[in-house]
Amino acid sequence: RDFNERCAQCSEVNWGLTDGGRFYCRSCHNVTERTREVVNTDFITNSRVQTISKGSRKQEKNDGGSEWYICEGFQLVLKKQVEALEALGVCPQMKDEILCNFWRCYLQKSKQAYCKRPAPETVKTSSVCESSTDMDSDPERPSLLHLLSLSESEGDLQTDCSFASSVSKVSESTSVYSGSVDGSLYLMKNQKEKLRMTMPMTLSFCYMALLWVREPITLSELLRYVVEGHIPYLNVFQHFPEKMKLCGLDLKIFCVESWPVYEEVFNQMHELATFLDLPRFPDITESCFLHPDMLCMKYLMEANLPDELHIWTCRVVKKIGIGEVDFLTLVPGNKSTRKVKYDVLAVAVIVVVLKLLFLLDDHYEWLLSEYAEERNKNNTEVYIFYSGGPYFEFKKWYEVVKHCLDVKQKKLDEERAKYLWRCEKPLFYSVKNKSKVLKRRQMVVNLQNQFGKLSGSVQCAEKPNPSSFQLSWSEKNTDGSCFHGHSLKGVLQEKRGLLTAMNPDYWLCTVKLCNEKLCGHLAHYKEAEFPQSYHFVLGLFSFLLRVQPSYIHDEVCMIEHKLFNKKLYKKLKYNTVLRS
Amino acid sequence: SSNEHKLNFKKSKEACLSYIQDALLQKQWKRAAEFLTCYVESLEKDYSREHIGPSEMIWRIGTEILWHHSQSSMKEFNCFMEQMKTLGVKRYLKVCLEHVFHLLCDGQIDEAYQNLSLAESWRFGEQTAIQDKEMKLVQAYRGLLDYYSWSKQKNILLEQGEDGFSDLAVEQEMHGYFRKAAVNLKEIIKIPGVWDIFVKCYVDLLEFYGDHNEARQVLNEYAYNSKFPANPNAHVYLYQFLKRQREPKKSLISALKILHDIVPSHELMIDFNTMLQKSKKRKKRRLGLEVIFAALDYAGWKENAKAWSCLARQVKQIVISEKHLDWIKQEWNSRKDWWPAFHFSRYLAKRNWQEDKSLSYEKALVAGILLGKGCKYFKYVSHQGCKAQLKRFRMLKKFVNRHNLVYLKISG
Repeated sequence: RDFNERCAQCSEVNWGLTDGGRFYCRSCHNVTERTREVVNTDFITNSRVQTISKGSRKQEKNDGGSEWYICEGFQLVLKKQVEALEALGVCPQMKDEILCNFWRCYLQKSKQAYCKRPAPETVKTSSVCESSTDMDSDPERPSLLHLLSLSESEGDLQTDCSFASSVSKVSESTSVYSGSVDGSLYLMKNQKEKLRMTMPMTLSFCYMALLWVREPITLSELLRYVVEGHIPYLNVFQHFPEKMKLCGLDLKIFCVESWPVYEEVFNQMHELATFLDLPRFPDITESCFLHPDMLCMKYLMEANLPDELHIWTCRVVKKIGIGEVDFLTLVPGNKSTRKVKYDVLAVAVIVVVLKLLFLLDDHYEWLLSEYAEERNKNNTEVYIFYSGGPYFEFKKWYEVVKHCLDVKQKKLDEERAKYLWRCEKPLFYSVKNKSKVLKRRQMVVNLQNQFGKLSGSVQCAEKPNPSSFQLSWSEKNTDGSCFHGHSLKGVLQEKRGLLTAMNPDYWLCTVKLCNEKLCGHLAHYKEAEFPQSYHFVLGLFSFLLRVQPSYIHDEVCMIEHKLFNKKLYKKLKYNTVLRS
Repeated sequence: SSNEHKLNFKKSKEACLSYIQDALLQKQWKRAAEFLTCYVESLEKDYSREHIGPSEMIWRIGTEILWHHSQSSMKEFNCFMEQMKTLGVKRYLKVCLEHVFHLLCDGQIDEAYQNLSLAESWRFGEQTAIQDKEMKLVQAYRGLLDYYSWSKQKNILLEQGEDGFSDLAVEQEMHGYFRKAAVNLKEIIKIPGVWDIFVKCYVDLLEFYGDHNEARQVLNEYAYNSKFPANPNAHVYLYQFLKRQREPKKSLISALKILHDIVPSHELMIDFNTMLQKSKKRKKRRLGLEVIFAALDYAGWKENAKAWSCLARQVKQIVISEKHLDWIKQEWNSRKDWWPAFHFSRYLAKRNWQEDKSLSYEKALVAGILLGKGCKYFKYVSHQGCKAQLKRFRMLKKFVNRHNLVYLKISG
């Protein structure tokens, strides 16, 4: 076992001993001349090797590591994340006061720490671990394969199984095959009883803390920062200290191979808030960034839409009551209120406003645009200047924004294809695996160097600076590509002293809302069933928020039904068919 | 566009691959390299469920890029191939072979030979048995390179022979290469497959050393063993061998018969027809007509004066003898609807006359017989020919006039 040379034939380090005491390479059966001078009685040439169990509580290990628990790992992750948030400008109380307390509360509630007795299962683990290689005798002890299949990680299961099967042939009590003390236990836990900590959940923690402090960072922004690398998530375990050795099942817990999904993080955050028995969160008032009026302004700017639309978004917000403090503020445990997705809500309001003013049925908006174009042609520049900006032309806006969006989307698609998921710190399931993993890593690095040189373009390793706005439009541009200052007068008319939309019609996205609890959605969006303009607008916000268009569509449906509640009720009563 | 905001490792790498594919198809080597750099970390993940794993992808893609990229060198290429050899034991010999092919393309014969020898000595547990076919190929190619060396020595010897010298060392070397080559080449051609180059070289060796029986046997096997895939070249090689051996016409004809069946447009059909026309047997002459008509069905033969002269000769001979007009009738039956437009249009008449008078002569004869003296082609060419006062065209005109009613009998 001390023989660490590489095999001359296949470069593996995988030696066994022949009966004659010579070393032979297990991978290619190349027999060497080297013999063991001292026969180590520990070494047995049959396939079942017995080693000391890792479950017993030893402070020192052979490889310089020490004992550590999974929740310690997560604590480190959270620490790193909140430090990154601090660097982004979030208030420092978030780390020391808010998140810290949330975390302690969590540990307490899930009985991992800060309580009188540690969870009974941990005691069980250690007693079970002293045993022999005979796994079948104890039915309660789960096999490695079983544990791997329980995990939520999206890793390729086959990998793990193939590794596992190779591991189980040689190793000892595989139920505790992890660098951490309770890795296997962690995967075994019954999810329903206690909210099990996962990597996506660290983001739920962060978001919860941000919400508590009412920081001007929406969930979609947070997730975007994660993807852009400003907040550690992907390979955060490389920051674990040396003595915290990661291997085996720990990988399943800490290594992510997919980006977090808005819905998942959002839902988990609410579950978490309930689990922690948190009180009502601090009020979201009109002056908060997360209030729809504020967010609408932000997204209107980002979408290059006229500032004048803000009046309309505010009107809609007021009319359906989604600007009320009680509606917006989170009360954990209250199952009757719909959970508010601040960013999605805001963009949905904008979509509804656009539908109100422009109809977006693939006809009317273009008509209005032509009308505006005519007006703009006839007016002189001076007139435009004094009358508050040119008429807003939907067509021009569409062209400008579409072009920009296409470019950005293309870039994003390429970036996604070029993501590097692995990092320098090697991951291996077992020590047996280590040399293979290191070899592979070396080859990957070599190939990256070789082909990197041939790539031509400079490999920019710098992350873009974190920015709240992904699209920006400047009124200083003389090419007229900024529509903020444009006027809506082409689509409005005065009626009884009030400005209303010229557009008399409206089409509902759906006549009847689905039962969200049954099918998970309020509506089911299919691109082909809706006008192109509507799809475009959904697509624009979908890009900005990095969520599926259908997600925004659901919210739009919800708003529409609130807005036209009375009319709907009346019309349904008289059995009239609405345009849809 | 990407509506899928949920992104994971697998999807990311799939997308990466499709970018690489696009870049490769458009020969954008730099861009392909850029994306490949991002793809290689797939190696750290096991894809045992997939049909083609990342290691194979990287091997194939990397080879393409390094082979075509302007800034890549053979040194880099070789270094890459060596890495690829260590990546997948199950593909080891395949990678070796492809590496050898590239070296040969680059003209590095010695390097290639060394690699082949190295590959031949490779052993890896049960993989050696599994990759038996590839091993045979390795040995065959080494045999081929031995043949190449033999050939060089042979030429040296022949030159020296002319000068009156004779170097024993060279001769010994030559024999040595022969032995090495023969052993391996013989082995590979036993396995059903398409081994044109190996067969050719092996037969060349055998002929040089006078083992004609073995050569004949090898060629017969290659051409007629039903286990081997149908291969026109096999028949060509056999025919050429028999011709060299001055075999009687009968065996030459039988060698070409299957070639006619497989590839009616083969260039040897002219030889075939020539032999058949001269045969005393009626069946053979009949076949000859079939052969030449079939060949001229193909666009590649449209302007082949030799082919047309064969047809013309045979048609003329039949018309004069007034026997077997039904042969022409049979052949013409399936062609009368499309040959006129295909071969005998007025446009072609003009063009053929301008470019190749012999061609137009032969064609005009055939056209005149098959379609009568009133057909566009014949009229134009014969008119032009007579205007130019070329004797043979006048003769042609007379001949066709004399046999003008033949076309009626043919088209019946």
